[in-house]
Amino acid sequence: MPYLGGEETVRELRRALSNPNVQSDPLRYRNTILKVIRTMSQGVDVSGLFSEMVKACATVDVVQKKLVYVFLCSYATLNPELSLLVINTLRKDCQDPNPMVRSLALRNMTNLRLPSLVEYVEQPLTAGLRDRAACVRRVAVLGWAKLHNLHPSSEIDAAVVNELYSLLRDPDPVVMVNCLRALEEILKEEGGIAINKPITHHLLNRLKECDIWGQSEVLRVLQRYRPQSEDELFDILSLLDSFLVSPHPPVMAATLSLFLSISSNLPVISLAALERVSGPLLAACGSGSREMRFAAVCHIQLLLRSVPGLLGPHYKRFFCGYAEPAYIKERKMQVLVELVNDENVAMILDELKGYCTDVNTDTAQAAISAIGRIGRSYSDRCLQILTGLLGLKQDHITSAVVQTMRDLVWVCPQCSDTVCLALDGCEETLQDIQGRQALLWLLGVYGERISTAPYTLEVLIDRVRSEASLGIKMELLTATMRLFLCRPAETQDMLGRLLHYCIEEETDMCVRDQALLYYRLLHCGIEKTREVLQGRRSDPSLGVLIGRPAKPVSQWARCFNTLEPLSQGAVEAESDSRGSPEHVTYNSKPNADLSDTLSCSHIEEVHSGSDSAMRCSDSSTNVLASSIAAPLSLSLSPAVSPEDFEHLWLQRQALHTERGAEKIEEGIKVILNQQPKDDDALRQFLTILITVLNTLSSEKD
Amino acid sequence: MISQVFILSSKGDHLIYKDFRGGAGNDIVSIFYEKVTALTGDQPPVVMNHKDIYFVHIRQGGLYWVATTTAGSSPFTITEFLNRLAALVKDYCGSLSEKSVQMNFALIYELLDEIVDYGYIQTTSSDVLKNFIQTEAVTSRPFSLFDLSNVGLFGAETQQSKVAPSSAATRPIQSSREQGGKSEIFVDVIERMTVVIGSNGLLMKADVEGEIRVKCYMPSCSEMRIGLNEEFSIGKSQLRGYGAAVRVDECSFHQAVRLDEFDSHRILRLCPSQGEQTVMQYQLSDDLPSALPFRLFPTIERDNGGRLLMYMKLRCDLPPKSAAINVCATIPVPKGSVSLSQELSSPDQSAELKPQSRAVVWKIARFAGGTQLSALFKLEVPSLSSASMLEVGPVGLSFELPKITATGLQIRFLRLSPIQPGPSQRWVRYVTHSDSYTIRI
Repeated sequence: MPYLGGEETVRELRRALSNPNVQSDPLRYRNTILKVIRTMSQGVDVSGLFSEMVKACATVDVVQKKLVYVFLCSYATLNPELSLLVINTLRKDCQDPNPMVRSLALRNMTNLRLPSLVEYVEQPLTAGLRDRAACVRRVAVLGWAKLHNLHPSSEIDAAVVNELYSLLRDPDPVVMVNCLRALEEILKEEGGIAINKPITHHLLNRLKECDIWGQSEVLRVLQRYRPQSEDELFDILSLLDSFLVSPHPPVMAATLSLFLSISSNLPVISLAALERVSGPLLAACGSGSREMRFAAVCHIQLLLRSVPGLLGPHYKRFFCGYAEPAYIKERKMQVLVELVNDENVAMILDELKGYCTDVNTDTAQAAISAIGRIGRSYSDRCLQILTGLLGLKQDHITSAVVQTMRDLVWVCPQCSDTVCLALDGCEETLQDIQGRQALLWLLGVYGERISTAPYTLEVLIDRVRSEASLGIKMELLTATMRLFLCRPAETQDMLGRLLHYCIEEETDMCVRDQALLYYRLLHCGIEKTREVLQGRRSDPSLGVLIGRPAKPVSQWARCFNTLEPLSQGAVEAESDSRGSPEHVTYNSKPNADLSDTLSCSHIEEVHSGSDSAMRCSDSSTNVLASSIAAPLSLSLSPAVSPEDFEHLWLQRQALHTERGAEKIEEGIKVILNQQPKDDDALRQFLTILITVLNTLSSEKD
Repeated sequence: MISQVFILSSKGDHLIYKDFRGGAGNDIVSIFYEKVTALTGDQPPVVMNHKDIYFVHIRQGGLYWVATTTAGSSPFTITEFLNRLAALVKDYCGSLSEKSVQMNFALIYELLDEIVDYGYIQTTSSDVLKNFIQTEAVTSRPFSLFDLSNVGLFGAETQQSKVAPSSAATRPIQSSREQGGKSEIFVDVIERMTVVIGSNGLLMKADVEGEIRVKCYMPSCSEMRIGLNEEFSIGKSQLRGYGAAVRVDECSFHQAVRLDEFDSHRILRLCPSQGEQTVMQYQLSDDLPSALPFRLFPTIERDNGGRLLMYMKLRCDLPPKSAAINVCATIPVPKGSVSLSQELSSPDQSAELKPQSRAVVWKIARFAGGTQLSALFKLEVPSLSSASMLEVGPVGLSFELPKITATGLQIRFLRLSPIQPGPSQRWVRYVTHSDSYTIRI
């Protein structure tokens, strides 16, 4: 944030700095410098004072020196010539009898980040490696890494590398760890420091001397080591056992990572390590620091993938505190869902029920969808709670409940009776698009069992002119069509009106095309229409919550103790773990970034093995336009969100279906142009694409 | 590896910015602040990324403490580091606030310089750091009449001076050296309770997380021995007959603690370093030795005029001589509640309706053990239906119980050896906080 009157301040500071009276008074001099640094950290550009500050560097006052160095290191890259003046003072300081001054000078010399100064720095650095004081050696070792990164292309002297290797035996543990770090950077090209048996054993033996930061660093580097024999492996593991239950989360996590990587061929050992680590991880979940709690809960989610029942008895530890932030609550609820079993289901549902009325709407909705997921195994209890929540008549709760019910009937068709009864009257409370879409879907699919369905749709059709959302209009079209198939007498008139409006007056192409499609479909006869529209109503194969097979540890071991588990979205975890109903994946979380990143260049070819989709078009209509027999290229305009894309696709496919054609090709070839390359977005996109294709195939089966 | 560290005020002012690796754009701080303020709420804000720069941040003292790093870094390490940094800044500056950080920026730059080099954490031990840190802390102590009250009449020793003022432990650790300040040591037993009480009054969950924290202002550290209750036991199996056994489920100690006398006499031996450190952490689940501190007896009904009547009876089950302070009950109320009228049983309580958090907040400054308070809240809710009653509750209670530990852990003695030359003072304090104390209705 630039300060107002920054220039004025700089001018004043320059005047003060060059004032001989100030310079002769150490205290005033120091205070003026203090002011400079303060202005600097407020974001004002004070680089103009560089030459004055260089003069201030030559002083015996260590505090003043430190302050000046803070300044010089920030602006040196802007003034390479003037920085040459500093180097003399710095080199002189490197000879100082006081080790603190020596280390200070050496550190700042390397922090100036000026390639032109390298030649002056090398000699003091070499001397620094052999200094008596450990604090100077620490700085010197890292100094070489800094130097190397200034000139990544130039080779660092082999003698220096050797010296660094020998400093691994330095009595000071920090010097040892710094050597590891420096060698890792210098030898990056060769894959980092060579981790052989003697080095490994040396590091392991000295692990106890290091502080927690050093320990985690050493453990991280050791992940590359592969023990030569089973005996050695077990020796290492037993040596590390005490670190596995360390009360310090960084050490515990680093040790577990190491355990998982060196015993990757021995699943029994990995599982035993997971058991052992659950205590300290639980303790971290109760840590005073929220951020630490969050990190621990996210990592517990990883563990649960492989050992689903691991923390079952401790489920109460994941009850949310009322003052916890929403992001922790959400993760804790996800864990609670995983831990449900016959004994604790009543307690967990009772707890989750309490969160449904939370003042934070995100928390409330997360709680409702958690109940829905438990409902896959314990549908009666959960539906009772969900139905009760509809009585609150609050828009965000009703919306979440309806969406949850839609997802639930997709997995458990036996719930549909209860759901149909509960839906009555909730259209009045629903406000948001996603909730209304879910309701429309339910009305369309289960229209014959909901007595009021035609009236609800009629109200919406009468208001379609003022409807802003594209998604609602399209969902409305589909729902009305479906309802027409099972209750033609009540629906015929309104369907006519809706189609008329959409074809004649609607300006949006997607809606218009879809309406046209349905119109022509009706011309093909009621049987054809039924074939296309009344597809699968549920997907029982998605299965229940309990008794899910455990995934191998290796699947997530790579991202344990990295930032990945903390930043990945909840959606991914869900679809990953059990495959939610198709529509959820793209309806509830339309990813806006996705279409941005999928624009041009960087060609990625994907052959999606969607022979199922092909089979269906084969069996039902035996058609696929010759135009798409050639590779189909999809270009997404940035405005297209995934759900729109689905409709585009539907429409395209269906149009071809109608037109009729001859040829069929094995599989669909999709070419995506992506810039910049983003594997995550690509993967997400493909999931959506495959889901769409599967839905299509199921609708026609 | 840490690329940059910066500290921002809650309004986004740059307080401290330190670039360890170089090569980052100048706008990185504003990018972070934009991201953190633009959060929609369901994103986890601890880790955010911008291209391949990852921001990890914590919030302490109302400030954002941010580190930028790469995707492969350990979240535990970075979070722990930021927590430790905040603790060190608190130790050195005396307290943690925007003002203290602003006044001591030179000191903090100096600290950062010593703690991290080229993005690698070097040391965070205050024993090591004290040799390097030269800048003195600047403190501002607002003038307060309370300070005067501690000065006895004509310099006489008053009763009050035997109790450390609550601000005694919020001073920079280094002032003891230069100003010849008192050499003091504080041993705090701090426990946090997490309790859920069901609507039927049954205890559903009770957890206690405790720690013994030592805050040392001794210029030269000597060995310290902390004696815990002799009947202190760890784990479920070790039940020792009757009596006031103090039990915890799990227990862990600081690296520097020597436990050779722990098994026989429950004595912790350590050489405290300057500043604050957690010596021992322990936890206890479900099986509390003493009664729960608070019970709530609510009655909720609708009256004929469409108002919601909430009659709350809150009982404090602490021993009669002790008291809870800063008790605050948050009672969620139906959406659309317009106004509140209240009848409270004593004048030192207050209650108000917070429409944005949809709750009635009932505050009690001091609540003596063995007593009972009651309150009648009448809420005007225009769209009151029978379903709205579901929206009332669960009640969250926050409080502080001074001089009480929920587990019963006590410190028998605190000895320093060799005996300190000159006057030294040892303080032992106990406090139990509510982490989350929820009572369902």
